[in-house]
Amino acid sequence: MATTTTDEPTRRDFIYIATGTVAALGAGLAAWPFIDQMNPSSAVLALSSIEIDVSAIQEGQQAVFTWRSKPVFVRRRTQKEIAEAEAVALSDLPDKLARNLNLPEDAPATDKNRIEKPQWLVLIGICTHLGCIPLNNQGDFGGYLCPCHGSQYDTAGRIRRGPAPENLAVPPYAFIGPAKIKIG
Amino acid sequence: MSGNSTYQPKTGLTRWLDSRLPILRLAHDTMTTFPTPRNLNVWYTFGAILTFFLAVQIVTGIVLAMHFLPSAVLTNGGTSSVAFDSVESIMRDVNYGWLLRYMHANGASMFFLAVYIHMFRGLYYGSSKAPREILWILGVLIYVVMVATAFFGYVLPWGQMSFWAATVITNLFSALDQVVPHMGGAHAPGIGTMIAQWLWGGFAVGDATLNRFFSLHYLLPFVIAGLVGLHIWALHVPGNNNPLGIDVQGPQDTVPFHPYYTVKDGFYLCLFVIIYAFLVFFHPDFVGNPDNYTPANPLVTPPHIVPEWYLLPFYAMLRSIPQKLFGVLVLFGALATLLFVPWLDTSRVRSMRFRPMMKQFFWVFVADCILLGYLGSQEPQAVWHLGGIDVPLLWPARIGTLYYFVFFFVVMPFLPLIETPLERPKSIAEAVLGTAQPQAAE
Ligand code: HEM
Ligand code: FES
Repeated sequence: MATTTTDEPTRRDFIYIATGTVAALGAGLAAWPFIDQMNPSSAVLALSSIEIDVSAIQEGQQAVFTWRSKPVFVRRRTQKEIAEAEAVALSDLPDKLARNLNLPEDAPATDKNRIEKPQWLVLIGICTHLGCIPLNNQGDFGGYLCPCHGSQYDTAGRIRRGPAPENLAVPPYAFIGPAKIKIG
Repeated sequence: MSGNSTYQPKTGLTRWLDSRLPILRLAHDTMTTFPTPRNLNVWYTFGAILTFFLAVQIVTGIVLAMHFLPSAVLTNGGTSSVAFDSVESIMRDVNYGWLLRYMHANGASMFFLAVYIHMFRGLYYGSSKAPREILWILGVLIYVVMVATAFFGYVLPWGQMSFWAATVITNLFSALDQVVPHMGGAHAPGIGTMIAQWLWGGFAVGDATLNRFFSLHYLLPFVIAGLVGLHIWALHVPGNNNPLGIDVQGPQDTVPFHPYYTVKDGFYLCLFVIIYAFLVFFHPDFVGNPDNYTPANPLVTPPHIVPEWYLLPFYAMLRSIPQKLFGVLVLFGALATLLFVPWLDTSRVRSMRFRPMMKQFFWVFVADCILLGYLGSQEPQAVWHLGGIDVPLLWPARIGTLYYFVFFFVVMPFLPLIETPLERPKSIAEAVLGTAQPQAAE
């Protein structure tokens, strides 16, 4: 085959670039459905909010509910636990943000910013390290101890020691009665 | 697959086939006449053992898949699940199901035992060095895909350990939240959480996760088989390294693969399979975790979660680092480091037989991996009582992790600057036979 060199782009160059572009674009577009099918489906996303009755929980006790297939802790704190949580200086906290989905993002992690009513601590019960479920009333800070890699949380669910980077998250919730909570 | 072929088709049919698809020629050249160093020892039989175990996993796995149901839908009043029940039914109802499952579960352990021996062997004899870099890298890739396959497999019985292993490992990706904390407005999840949710198909590990893990668990062994093909191809271009680490110089240094190494490989394979059979028949749950006979409960993490034994050293490294992102980077870094071994080791001498100092660092490295494995199996808060002093296990784990990296990034590149290697024999034949004269292989 004879090859001719010209400075002008030839029809061959054009076909070459056009084919390559269409093929690359097509492959990219075709890949997206295969990637996106793995994301949570509409059925999963549709599970939105739950209403729970917490009146049976005694002081010093905790109950666990399921919201969006995650455990939600509802802990009725004692006066001592509240006092302990309030006494902690912000400078002693590894994570200084409240991580409360009901408040602005930069709210500081004071005890007040972690709760709606002082007695009731409502948390997503998933360790912010690698997702285990922390054990209640254990560890050196009176709150939670994660059995997996030893993260410790205080009585406001704030990380105090261990590999977890963040405070336990506070889910979006509101009291809709004296002892009734809507989560989500 | 390379070099000159010595295959001579003898019948009309094989001649006909040879000119259309020379598959018998390929088999003959790679498994019969292939010239193999005459001094390969027992540690060189693990390649064959590994191939055997890949076949065992595929055959037992395909049969198990005929009875297994990948569904996390709850059964028995919410205390169990379809997947867990189907594994129990394999154990109790399916003819020989107990045997097939125990072969598969213990087969995975034997597979890893063999691969670790195979890898340490490669390190010791300098098999990763030129011209075998690609061979080594393919091996590391096979190992990584094996780890992924075993992880997906371990999730399938949907017991407590299955569920929590899946949770912890997929959450490793959430560490990337510390790199990109937001995908969208305030309180939007970070990039790591997005990836984790993409892996889960939900907001936590669940039914969707189990289904896709089964699909991938079925797929990946065949990817491994493909990589093994490339691995063997890359082996047959330069040929085997050997315990002396010196190059083959001519026919006097080699013997044909068959019958010498087919029989040697077969012999050690039989011994290895006897150990395997002993586990399967007498201690089938020795390597397993009893917690995995408790159905998965998304609301309760078992008090002490551990991965399978073959991942414990990496788990110890992860836990020894108090910072999440850094811990995850160390974990993946430990794996990725292996890819660079061919270039990290700067000594001209391959075999550590002739490297008096490196040999010692090597055995400390082996001990270090075993120590890390032990530490990974202990509770995170555990403490050693050494003569009145309390040592939290965190500290030996940190030292062990440090040594792992020091071995690769300090000892390997810099030790050759001060080490004087011993004199190496002139040829394999001289070392083995006491003469470099060509000898006819009987
Ligand atoms: C690289 C090869 C493979 C490895 C390392 C491997 C590893 C594992 C492991 C560790 C388990 C959990 C065992 C237990 O505790 O019960 C498992 C389960 C399972 N594997 Fe594999 N596997 C491999 C290949 C395959 C293949 C090719 C299939 C075919 C589909 C398969 C199908 C299954 C099934 C159905 C289960 C669940 C039943 C059970 O738990 O025994 N595996 N695998
Ligand atoms: S998951 Fe809680 S400390 Fe690791």
